[in-house]
Amino acid sequence: MAAPKKAAASAEQDKTNGGSPPEFTREQELKALRDMLLIRRFEEKAGQLYGMGAIGGFCHLYIGQEAVVVGMQMALKEGDQVITGYRDHGHMLATGMEANGVMAELTGRRGGYSKGKGGSMHMFSKEKHFYGGHGIVGAQVSLGTGLAFANNYRSNGNVSVTYFGDGAANQGQVYESFNMAELWKLPVIYVIENNRYAMGTSVSRASAQQDFSKRGVSFNIPGKQVDGMDVRAVKAAGDEAAAWCRAGKGPFILEMQTYRYRGHSMSDPAKYRTREEVEKVRHDQDPIEQVRNRLLAAKVSEADLKAIDAEVRDIVNASADFAQHDPEPDAAELWTDVYR
Amino acid sequence: MPIQVLMPALSPTMEKGNLAKWLKKEGETIKSGDVIAEIETDKATMEVEATDEGTLGKILIPEGTADVAVNTPIATILADGESAADLAKAPAPVAKAAESAPATAAKAEAPAPKAAPAPHAVAEPDPEVPAGTEMITQTIREALRDAMAEEMRRDPDVFVMGEEVAEYQGAYKVTQGLLQEFGARRVIDTPITEHGFAGVGVGAAMTGLKPIVEFMTFNFAMQAIDQIINSAAKTLYMSGGQMGCSIVFRGPNGAAARVAAQHSQDYSAWYSNVPGLKVVAPFSAADYKGLLKAAIRDPNPVIFLENEVLYGHTGEVPKLDDFVIPIGKARIARSGSHVSIISWSNGMTYALKAADELAKEGIEAEVIDLRTLRPMDTETIINSVKKTGRAVTVEEGWAQSGVGAEIAARIMENAFDYLDAPVARVSGKDVPMPYAANLEKLALPSAAEVVEAAKAVCYR
Repeated sequence: MAAPKKAAASAEQDKTNGGSPPEFTREQELKALRDMLLIRRFEEKAGQLYGMGAIGGFCHLYIGQEAVVVGMQMALKEGDQVITGYRDHGHMLATGMEANGVMAELTGRRGGYSKGKGGSMHMFSKEKHFYGGHGIVGAQVSLGTGLAFANNYRSNGNVSVTYFGDGAANQGQVYESFNMAELWKLPVIYVIENNRYAMGTSVSRASAQQDFSKRGVSFNIPGKQVDGMDVRAVKAAGDEAAAWCRAGKGPFILEMQTYRYRGHSMSDPAKYRTREEVEKVRHDQDPIEQVRNRLLAAKVSEADLKAIDAEVRDIVNASADFAQHDPEPDAAELWTDVYR
Repeated sequence: MPIQVLMPALSPTMEKGNLAKWLKKEGETIKSGDVIAEIETDKATMEVEATDEGTLGKILIPEGTADVAVNTPIATILADGESAADLAKAPAPVAKAAESAPATAAKAEAPAPKAAPAPHAVAEPDPEVPAGTEMITQTIREALRDAMAEEMRRDPDVFVMGEEVAEYQGAYKVTQGLLQEFGARRVIDTPITEHGFAGVGVGAAMTGLKPIVEFMTFNFAMQAIDQIINSAAKTLYMSGGQMGCSIVFRGPNGAAARVAAQHSQDYSAWYSNVPGLKVVAPFSAADYKGLLKAAIRDPNPVIFLENEVLYGHTGEVPKLDDFVIPIGKARIARSGSHVSIISWSNGMTYALKAADELAKEGIEAEVIDLRTLRPMDTETIINSVKKTGRAVTVEEGWAQSGVGAEIAARIMENAFDYLDAPVARVSGKDVPMPYAANLEKLALPSAAEVVEAAKAVCYR
């Protein structure tokens, strides 16, 4: 299945993958399906709650891009860190953070991961090694490089997975970070989620070099374009990049070619692209449908798949229920956590 | 006529240096570009290159001489056809553009000598120092270095990163010797990428490491201010207390000397505006040491504002195994009953000089060194104003939305009924810092302005 924007495959990609990703085991397929479905249903519910006014401010949905975080997470080991920008709900769920805590943060309740003080764009989990959730475009790239610096300092063998979008990829500090990461051989995987639009500006209108896998060339950082709609391709690329980092060879760039079905945020009228474009990607390349079709072809029953769907819906509905009934933070919380 | 070689200034703030070594002897031929001598400052050893051709006539300052003032004639060069007998004709040693340029310093202009070191006389003993403690005399530069070295010995998670902190030994030699003791893993030279390395430092701190991020000056930290405020200062709150950031951002702040608008700015007001940050700006050598140690141990992000002009100044530092001064406490540097003068960092230079002047006229000023700007020690300010009824603030930064404005507001809120006069502010003038020596002097506060303000609030 083709990537949304078929770019010339890099020589490296052909060499390692031969064009088609390694097959998943049935367990891997089922896990990928379940984790992607959880993100999809969660985001659909968040969209609903936003429409009802239960979620305020900005709310950036991850629908369409699920294979990226789920595939990458399958390539990681305990202790590896994850950091991203503001489109972060999927990343949090993929790292194993609880749907209740994430949804309650979206509604600004005391049971949220940040006690209701962070909101959609600012959540963290020390336990799951999730370092946010950052609202300033590109800032997470330097921070994620710092996580890798700490891994190097401690020689702990961990890898920092630093996500950012095609828009952030044009920020200056990204290149400052690339330079230091390669100079110091830091274990960081830069995952560029190219969903083709930086808010409303298409890649072709904003980027002089549209092959993001080449953005590290002048720093000698290897890069690879990956079909970010195929969870198997994502995991294979993640495995390769993680092995590179753990071998002490420094950073690795993965350009994930993906697509978001929804607007930039909930308040996006999406005039910059056609409905047909969105429908075509959804119909031809949906990451969840790809897995579902493979599972059905491998004789997994509809009933088994429905059971997964039901389990996920239960989690999401429970989180929505919790997030709407959990109390708002105590007024005294206004003054806590400024200093420690 | 024989040419005089003058003691060159090797940096904007250099006032004097040691003549370490003569590399040419009297009577030797000198070509333009020859290294004729080595000069040591407290920051570095530099070579002096000849800019004139001829013969080294007479060495006026022998090697090994310490504390030679900038612009002192150190030798004479005889042109072709001149002999030692012509030496008498050499011009009198008056201030004149240096004929010799240091190898790396900007050419032509000889920076004006700075004023004499600030008085560091402190009337009040520091409550943090037990009576009878042995004191050692150190420069502020050394006090800072010792503070970092001690904390790095104590805690393996503490490391230093910044431009030229390691192999170059610090642009201002504050990190001198740290690379040798702690190695390249913990003393890290960065590329010139303030925004990026500030973010790297914050990211490392989020995992529990304790970075000391040196900015060559705080002027360059404007490139990094997003990471300082949006990432370092806010993460603890935004994470509901889960993830904080123990990090020190340090470096020289405020006006240096003759480096003009982009390199001379006081950021006290900027950073002290931000909840989540602590802001420290000491004046005395002991405070520099004790407060930097406290800043490194603090679990929060701390902005540690140093002052380049003060780096070479000496002071008494207690010889204690572990001398830590708590953040957030002001100190009464001189007690008095007629007017409270409140300042910090290099502003204290003007404040203390003014207090000396005022004493001659029978006005006893109480001088408060805030030391920490956030959290501000309001109590010490208010107690003083309740006693004196009058207050003057002194800062190098601009007045509008400045720290002085904040102090005035707090006095009004907390001691309005005790005031016998409106609070007066002495500040940097409301202009970018000019380059010309006379204009620069006018742009900065002066002891005379502090004296004038103090008299005004005393209706004298």
